[in-house]
Amino acid sequence: MAVATSQGGQGVPSALPARRRFNLAWLGLLPFFLFSVAFMFLPALYLVVGSFRNGDGDLTLENYSDLQTGTIPGAFLTTIEVSLVTAVAGGVFGLLLAYSVILGGLPRFLRTALMTFSGVASNFAGVPLALAFIFTLGQLSFVTVLLKDLGINIYQGGFRLTSKLGVELVYLYFQFPLMVLIIAPALEGLRRDWREAAENMGASTYQYWRHVALPILTPSILGTMILLFGNAFGAQATAFQLTGGTLNLVPIIIGAQIRGDVLHNPGLGYAMAMGMVAIMALAIGLYSLLQRRAERWLRS
Amino acid sequence: MTIETRAPGALDALVASGRRRRRLPRVNPFAWLIFILGVLYFLLPLVGTFLHSIRTRPDIFLAYRQVFADSKFFVGLGYSFAVGVITIVVSLLIIVPTAYWVRLKVPRLRPVVEFVTLMPFVIPPVVLVFGLIRVYSSKPLVLTATNIGSDFVLVCAYVILSFPYMYRAVDTGLAAIDVRTLTEAAQSLGAGWARILWRVIFPNLRTALLSGAFLTMAIVIGEYTIANFLARTQAFGPYLSLLGRSQPYTPAAVSLISFGLTWLAMGAIAFLGRGARTRVQVAGAR
Repeated sequence: MAVATSQGGQGVPSALPARRRFNLAWLGLLPFFLFSVAFMFLPALYLVVGSFRNGDGDLTLENYSDLQTGTIPGAFLTTIEVSLVTAVAGGVFGLLLAYSVILGGLPRFLRTALMTFSGVASNFAGVPLALAFIFTLGQLSFVTVLLKDLGINIYQGGFRLTSKLGVELVYLYFQFPLMVLIIAPALEGLRRDWREAAENMGASTYQYWRHVALPILTPSILGTMILLFGNAFGAQATAFQLTGGTLNLVPIIIGAQIRGDVLHNPGLGYAMAMGMVAIMALAIGLYSLLQRRAERWLRS
Repeated sequence: MTIETRAPGALDALVASGRRRRRLPRVNPFAWLIFILGVLYFLLPLVGTFLHSIRTRPDIFLAYRQVFADSKFFVGLGYSFAVGVITIVVSLLIIVPTAYWVRLKVPRLRPVVEFVTLMPFVIPPVVLVFGLIRVYSSKPLVLTATNIGSDFVLVCAYVILSFPYMYRAVDTGLAAIDVRTLTEAAQSLGAGWARILWRVIFPNLRTALLSGAFLTMAIVIGEYTIANFLARTQAFGPYLSLLGRSQPYTPAAVSLISFGLTWLAMGAIAFLGRGARTRVQVAGAR
């Protein structure tokens, strides 16, 4: 090591963290930090500062208390509900789907096919996804007509693609593939030894799942569902294309606020954006925490 | 998880294959039911979109003919593709040296860098573009007033969106090669930092970089929220959105084409990553 340092002069950089240069080494990360500040932290800071100011530029907490007025609490509740429903439904169905191809004894090629398709579907969100559902479940579309021929008129039953249920149905298209993708490695990480050990001690399949597999998987499952929650909560394009902005969702109101001051108070718009960021931060934070717990069992 | 990698001894392999053979005929109806339900849900919207796109009579391919005759379609695709390429280049130029430097020199800053690359998940696109518009449409730096300025902000926003998976892809790639030895070998041959990065690190990360690049492309091509609020109406996302509101059949054709493009990008990633551990490719909310 000493040799390497002594050779390291003459403009040839040293790969070893020498003590004298160590204080300056972080400068290598400067481009990354500067870019992040300019195009992420500065814009975010602008919203933070704006959310604590009133129309005259004075410091205030009013914008946050105004979050309880008008349609805003409803928007937060609806967005949370849609995210929660699609996270839980997508999570459960995604888990079952991943289980069926990984441990359910289906032919192996189906598993490869499902994983590839999940990769595509979890990234097939936004405008084209909304359009695909409009062409499939819209008033005169393929599935609607097919169901009508079978005697089920979903539109007479009160179904609308622009309703909460409609948005949830569409969000599921990218939610459960995401669950499949993230939970599959965890299911693959369930070691055969554990199952054999349980069986040797006389455990039934139910007991194995109830007392061994599920407790190990719980942090992964919960964590991924929370990630799905955040995934739905932040989505804007899909809901906007689908409903034309009629459904009262937080991202849609923020979008309208960007175009023109629909809330008649810029500060309130910033406070709303902050509310969204706070919920996302909570979700992502919980996800990382649970993911770390999950890795404890599945990595070694 | 094949037998070869799982069981070290021949005896174990024999036991495992015997067990496997015994289990194979056992059909699990529940697993099949779930799988078929999943496939139906996956395929129905695609079938519905396809059927809608060929509803035109008498020429069932009229929608496709119209799309391919529409210059706006190619302008949109070309614009978004170009933005995607620039985004990928800028993102790589920032992320590769950063991830490399963190591994080699400042490992104690790793949590900070990871935290920053996770931030785009915390700040949804609609909030990010909100802040960007407010910051860069007022003095001292008015960027959104001109087309080129808005393009610039758009690319920068996409670079930020690409950080989470680009960093992860590059970091996984770096973990697979011996960064320190490679660096020292290059140094002892007299290479400087730029040369090491460009001639040694970049080529060794080819697979990781390409999968990150394809994912970025898939996301940029279909992105709507940021492009729309930055008034990049010619971009593919806003173009398709407008088409969806104004035309009956062509949006179905374009949606399917868009799905095909996503499929291409993901297929390329799967092809690149064959043999490697399953790597999760997840982008943020849209």
